[in-house]
Amino acid sequence: MNASSEVTRIAQRAAHATPDSIRRRLRGLSDRTITWLFISPAILLLLAVNIFPLIWTIYLSFTNFKANRASRGSEWVGLDNYRSVLGDPDIWHSMQVTSHFVIWSIAIEVLLGFALALLIDKRFRGHSLWTTVILLPMMLSPAVVGTFWTFLFQPQSGLFNHAVALLTGVDASSFQMIGDVALAPWAIVLVDAWMWTPYVMLICLAGLRSIPDNVYEAAEVDRASTWRQFWTVTLPMVLPFLMLAVLFRAIENFKMFDMVNLLTSGGPGSTTEVVSITLKREAFEKWRTGYSSALAIILFVTVFGAANIYVKALNAVKNR
Amino acid sequence: MMGNLRKMLFGTAMLAATSVASGTAAAKDLTLCWAAWDPANALVELSKDFTAKTGIAMKFEFVPWTSFADRFINELNSKGKLCDLLIGDSQWIGGAAENGHYVKLNDFFAKEGIKMSDFMPATVLGYSEWPKNSPNYWALPAMGDSVGWTYRKDWFSRPELKAEFKKKNGHDLAAPKTWDEFKQVAEFFQGREIDGKKVYGAYIFTERGSEGITMGVTNVLYPYGFKYDDPKNPYHMQGFVNSPDAIKGLEFYKSLYKCCTAPGMTNAYMGEGLDAFKSGQVAMMMNWFAFFPGLYKDPNVGGAKIGFFVNPSARGKGVQLGGQGISVVSYSERKDDALKYIKWFAQPDVQKKWWSLGGYSCHKAVLQDPGFPKSAPFAPDFLKSMEMVQDFWAEPAYAELLLDMQKRVHDYVVADKGTAKEALDQLIVDWEKVFKEEGKLK
Repeated sequence: MNASSEVTRIAQRAAHATPDSIRRRLRGLSDRTITWLFISPAILLLLAVNIFPLIWTIYLSFTNFKANRASRGSEWVGLDNYRSVLGDPDIWHSMQVTSHFVIWSIAIEVLLGFALALLIDKRFRGHSLWTTVILLPMMLSPAVVGTFWTFLFQPQSGLFNHAVALLTGVDASSFQMIGDVALAPWAIVLVDAWMWTPYVMLICLAGLRSIPDNVYEAAEVDRASTWRQFWTVTLPMVLPFLMLAVLFRAIENFKMFDMVNLLTSGGPGSTTEVVSITLKREAFEKWRTGYSSALAIILFVTVFGAANIYVKALNAVKNR
Repeated sequence: MMGNLRKMLFGTAMLAATSVASGTAAAKDLTLCWAAWDPANALVELSKDFTAKTGIAMKFEFVPWTSFADRFINELNSKGKLCDLLIGDSQWIGGAAENGHYVKLNDFFAKEGIKMSDFMPATVLGYSEWPKNSPNYWALPAMGDSVGWTYRKDWFSRPELKAEFKKKNGHDLAAPKTWDEFKQVAEFFQGREIDGKKVYGAYIFTERGSEGITMGVTNVLYPYGFKYDDPKNPYHMQGFVNSPDAIKGLEFYKSLYKCCTAPGMTNAYMGEGLDAFKSGQVAMMMNWFAFFPGLYKDPNVGGAKIGFFVNPSARGKGVQLGGQGISVVSYSERKDDALKYIKWFAQPDVQKKWWSLGGYSCHKAVLQDPGFPKSAPFAPDFLKSMEMVQDFWAEPAYAELLLDMQKRVHDYVVADKGTAKEALDQLIVDWEKVFKEEGKLK
């Protein structure tokens, strides 16, 4: 019995099992109508939880609405909120902080993640155990990571400070990772890299494992050195995976909130106030709903636009 | 088989009946919302008397201070029915009154004979009135509080330290009365080794996220002469917020942070202060009076080892008001029972028991009792503090005003950004923007 006759048999059994009343109702419906019947719940859900809030946010961004004073109503203010956001030096400062965080954390994660993937790809004794150990940080909740790194960074009792003191000989309480203007931006990069390098490693590992052995065998026949093999085989074939990892991490880090909020609350001062913390403060602490909606839309368009350009570049690399 | 089915049916019916009954019981409970801290436990104990007297069971929703405002302001804004009674922060009163979150209590007070003149004037102004200085009451003063200071009395009384301090500064080592004295004492203890342990001069508030650094810096700004606005021209802040005295005050707070605090205290508020003091790290600690009963009982640093003093003065006196009033939430389905609770809570006997359990009563029957100053070692300082309290803006837009000050002060004090004058000038720009949006300033 072939597959199509089996499908027909199952369809006939289902048709027989359908009660007469329902069968009569369905008989008049076209295939297209039935298709819509099946997908409409999913579409309705999508409209309710994604599309409607987005349209509502766009509408609010043109008003002076304040959610904590909904009874006072709102007025149409045109592009005023967008002008205020784009002309606000504090927002530009937050964008700079975010850019620093995104660029450096991704650079470190990609370098270390790829290096770890190359190491783990070589089968060695205890290989599975080490893979699991390396993956542990990314399995933790960002809230947990933020909290325990806060303890690790304590100048008087923190393990990190004492480890640095042991290695360099400086006094453990002489520097403050999350309280110093110069060090705090690097503290959040460090913690993010610690947590998410394994994720990049995992994606790179998938890329490395997807390279067929015969490509390397052919390279060896051509007497290509290990270095040459890396540049002409490994890196080009892993590049799409690497680019995918960069895309995922960039989107995630652009909207990073929990870990940074727990580590520094955006401080000292506004030194580590990434744009998601600014957005939260404007929307849910200052209750400037219209203004924060405009900011959210600007961020959405920025990420969406950048991601689209990036995906096109990714496709170009894949199609080479 | 039928027997089993019947048993199942009976069991299900019983379960449903029990659920309905327990649902009804739960619905009878009166829910009181507040912050999760020591006085809240005292209130649970006190409220048992209310339940015994009225038969109304109480339920409590206590939220940690760090998320207290977020949690309950969201609850009010969404017209939630979780809280029947809310002990909300003093600065919320304007917003809660204007947005209809709290029930206005004037008629109820008149009907039940509850007089605001029975409570300390500063607490009525701070916790109950909106607009300020008008007889419109939205809460009953429930928990009096202000910033105060604890110090290590045992260290201060060591002969060798006393002699060294006197030689260096020309006066006795004692609880400081002025900010200049305070700095001398803090510098004296900073980095000193006591009982084999390195200690630090002072603990002050520096928290960035909610209200910490503002609640700390104002204790220096008020005595130095900072004013929120022109008393004759409300909402006009030039020359008041950034007066030369206010600038000096802000510079002084930064100098204290730089000279005399423990490393790492860049984002620290009440909890971190308690930890620092209890672990014997600091000589003097800024914190709310609400924590002092617990500290006095602490086995390591309490009893004879701890002393208390009021906020130091400079050109004048002043200290940050804390504390809260108790309000009836207008979205509650049990407003009548909530009002019964307030009527019961306002009684002098209940207020006396409230103080004895660890809550800070605002009732004159308690505070003006001749025995009050001797009732606890921190009681006299609490009375003095309540005579000189000042509060932050209690405007409906208080949250925006507070976050602006958090940012400007933290940027200057902790992140070393700009000068004190620039920070206060920028604060005026921020606040003027808020008041213009509010329509209170042209």
